Amino acid sequence: MTEQYDAIVIGAGHNGLVCAALLGKAGRKVLVLEANEQVGGAAVTRRFADDYSVPACAHLLYQLQPQVKKDLGLNIALASDDMETVALSTDGQHVRYSSDRVHGVSDADAASYRDFHRRMSRFANLLQTYLNKPPPRLGTKDRKDLVTLARLGLDLRMLGRKEMREFLRLIGMNIHDEVTERFENKLLKGALSLDAVLGTHLGPRSPNTIMTYLYRLAGNGGRLAAPAGGMGAVSEALAQAARSNGVTIRTGMPVQRVIVDNGRVTGVETQNGENFASFTVVSNADPKTTILNLVGARHVETGFARRISNIRMQGNAAKLHLALDGLPVVQGLEKRDFGARLLIAPDEHYVERAFNPAKYGETSPEPVLEISIPSFRDSTLAPTGKHVLSAIVQYAPYRLKKGWDKAAREAFKETTLRKITEFMPDIDGRITAVEMLTPVDIEQEFHMGGGHWHHGEFTLDQFMFVRPVSGAAQYAMPLDGLFLCGAGTHPGGGVSGAAGRNAARALLAREKTA
Amino acid sequence: MNVIEVHQGRLESPFYPRLKALDRLDNWHTWKGYTTPDALFDAELEYFAIRNSTGVFDLTPMTKYRITGKDSLAYVDRLVTRDMQKVTAGRVAYAVWCNDQGQVIDDGTIFHLREGEYRLCSQERHLPWLMAAAIGFDVTIREETADIAALAVQGPTSYSIMRNLGLHGLENLKPFGLMHFDFQGTELMVSRTGFTGDLGYELWLSPGKALALWDALFEAGRHYDIRAMGTHALEQARIEAGYLAAYQEFLPADETVRTGRSRSPFELGLDWLVDFRKPNFNGRRALAAEKLKGSKWRLVKLDIEGNKPAHHSYIYAKPRKNKKEIGFITSASWSPVCKQNIAIGSVRMPHGVTGETVWVEVYYQREMHWSRVMAKATVVDKPFWFPARRSATPPAPY
Repeated sequence: MTEQYDAIVIGAGHNGLVCAALLGKAGRKVLVLEANEQVGGAAVTRRFADDYSVPACAHLLYQLQPQVKKDLGLNIALASDDMETVALSTDGQHVRYSSDRVHGVSDADAASYRDFHRRMSRFANLLQTYLNKPPPRLGTKDRKDLVTLARLGLDLRMLGRKEMREFLRLIGMNIHDEVTERFENKLLKGALSLDAVLGTHLGPRSPNTIMTYLYRLAGNGGRLAAPAGGMGAVSEALAQAARSNGVTIRTGMPVQRVIVDNGRVTGVETQNGENFASFTVVSNADPKTTILNLVGARHVETGFARRISNIRMQGNAAKLHLALDGLPVVQGLEKRDFGARLLIAPDEHYVERAFNPAKYGETSPEPVLEISIPSFRDSTLAPTGKHVLSAIVQYAPYRLKKGWDKAAREAFKETTLRKITEFMPDIDGRITAVEMLTPVDIEQEFHMGGGHWHHGEFTLDQFMFVRPVSGAAQYAMPLDGLFLCGAGTHPGGGVSGAAGRNAARALLAREKTA
Repeated sequence: MNVIEVHQGRLESPFYPRLKALDRLDNWHTWKGYTTPDALFDAELEYFAIRNSTGVFDLTPMTKYRITGKDSLAYVDRLVTRDMQKVTAGRVAYAVWCNDQGQVIDDGTIFHLREGEYRLCSQERHLPWLMAAAIGFDVTIREETADIAALAVQGPTSYSIMRNLGLHGLENLKPFGLMHFDFQGTELMVSRTGFTGDLGYELWLSPGKALALWDALFEAGRHYDIRAMGTHALEQARIEAGYLAAYQEFLPADETVRTGRSRSPFELGLDWLVDFRKPNFNGRRALAAEKLKGSKWRLVKLDIEGNKPAHHSYIYAKPRKNKKEIGFITSASWSPVCKQNIAIGSVRMPHGVTGETVWVEVYYQREMHWSRVMAKATVVDKPFWFPARRSATPPAPY
């Protein structure tokens, strides 16, 4: 006889682990099935060359929600809390910023940046409150929904007339207009533009890139952080929290399908043919994979299946990993500066131009990069004196017109290395191993459709009330017993744990009313 | 430069030359892009042809889709509310399909032509919905409206005419059955279906043989008073049979703007078409909830006093004081064959129980002046016209 669980969580990504841990804490008997051998999903540290390891997908921690840490009693040591960002310039006249401080710009820009950061942080704080609640449904008479909606309206109003107007003006706007209005320094404009579009299929002139920027700020008070022990340490801590709450985690167990019987979920079947029974299945996989592949469209309504299949989720970010036999030389940078986040986005037009080819299924000939040298903070990642470099490279569209064959991957790798060499002239001689993950590789390794780290493009039409799709924003899917808890649900991607926590709470609240 | 000529104006069905030759009235309208006669010589006489001999109606403009592929049965079963497993090859099923909220998008007939091959016929066009419903199914859906010419041959003498046409074996064809024949080297599909509530058949074949079929049919029916007819006669017969018409008894759910203006199958008296024992189908969750909670509307057939058709009338629970409006008429007609003043309407629950007396406010005009009468009406549950010959197998040779 198959064992009966109170809940089965598909996928041990950080959201799946948070959800499982909270369900376990509430006394539920929970099983987590993870396809990979390692827990953590996209928040993992893994080897990519002899003796060299990197955070294989997500490489910085800026959104892990305090509510998640509190609920699970997590104590994650940070190697760096308020990490500095250096917007690189080939002439060594870099711009540096962290929190509300900026260096290397005019006094006017510095003042304007303080004002900009103050306002953005305020809005991000407002947003942050709502990232940690299931979005209210519109048009219902449910008391909880109405209270949340009223609260949202009130919170907006409490910003004050002027700030509320600013919020409403900015939320749908693009980052390009805002930064060109405020700043004169090209590097600063380029860097902030890049911050707003990282991980999206958007350019700085695309609508709602202010919102994506706010989303990045909403977690750690806008401060960038890096966990001690790399991203894998965060996942390990979450897995530990889950286990200590009685959750069973089984890795190397890819799920084949969710079993549906007479309109309700009854369990899952793994690819090796094992069956696990539960009337509650929570999927950490993206909405498309969950509904169309694991459940099957025939078990849900046509309109719902259509909305799910229309979710835009094609990743546009590649990941580059370099093994280095020493730190590269960058004009104007000292050794300690390599602990910072380094950006290659020389100006705001450069970022938009990098995006242009992506619209037509081509890679950027002049890509933008977010570079981190995690070995600088964590000596376990590389042998003594040697280093690893981890970079997010944009744009590399998932659906490349000519296809992601070996030649295309090599070509984009060369393009990216050439760009890095402009800023780090001696890097070529220091590289001992290279790994390039395209969105297609990211899709395969981390099981996220389209290789999109948000599990669905992050735009206003796929946000909050309509994430993943309208009518299913409260984690329960229109199939009895099926829930989503991944980045495809509210609020979205990034190692935040908010979706997992919201899902667990929604599930438990539902049980109470049922 | 390439100039692409786009046909503008109304399309002509392959039967158009024959219809036009018989036309004495020149009253035509557009039906899904095709020019279609309201009546050809006299709507009343055309109607009586349906009831007393045979009327022929060109239903080529009816929207038709061909559904094929490995999953075609699973697909149609998920699409509609009734159990399609029971509809074997060679059978036809009347069905409705719903949106996610369990509201009727349209009704129509599904012909199970051969094992795993279906034709869906409906009033409205539905390709986007049908394609969305195909997500996750191995099926091909092809619009074939213009690829199939179709005639409805309806009335007591229709069977004799079919036999005269040389179609043997029809005597054993039950209502909602279909058979394939050879007609001058082309496949002719004959189904015992129709929209008149009488004995009758529908004939389907490729447009190339349309005129040959028409000629052969009218030759075979020469001594059986075969007559071509228009939509007025069909509408009259349709109401007598108690059939629903889109945009009258219900609005396609995807066309409504205001909430509460669409109808569920239960609200259209189609409970018998909803099968909760079969696997998931569109609207199932919402319909199950409605079943528990109760519906808002009920479709009623009314037998009304007097002889003034109750077009567009309000329906009341009481005739005078505190009269409470409970619904409205959606189709109405004087029925010549039943000698009854009949109507179909939509009333709020719990009104409209069979046998209940309601009041219909009928307005009528006499020499410019309007008059009003409160007519007593009784809710009936059977179709107004349901002759034994409609389902007799073998049919009698009138």
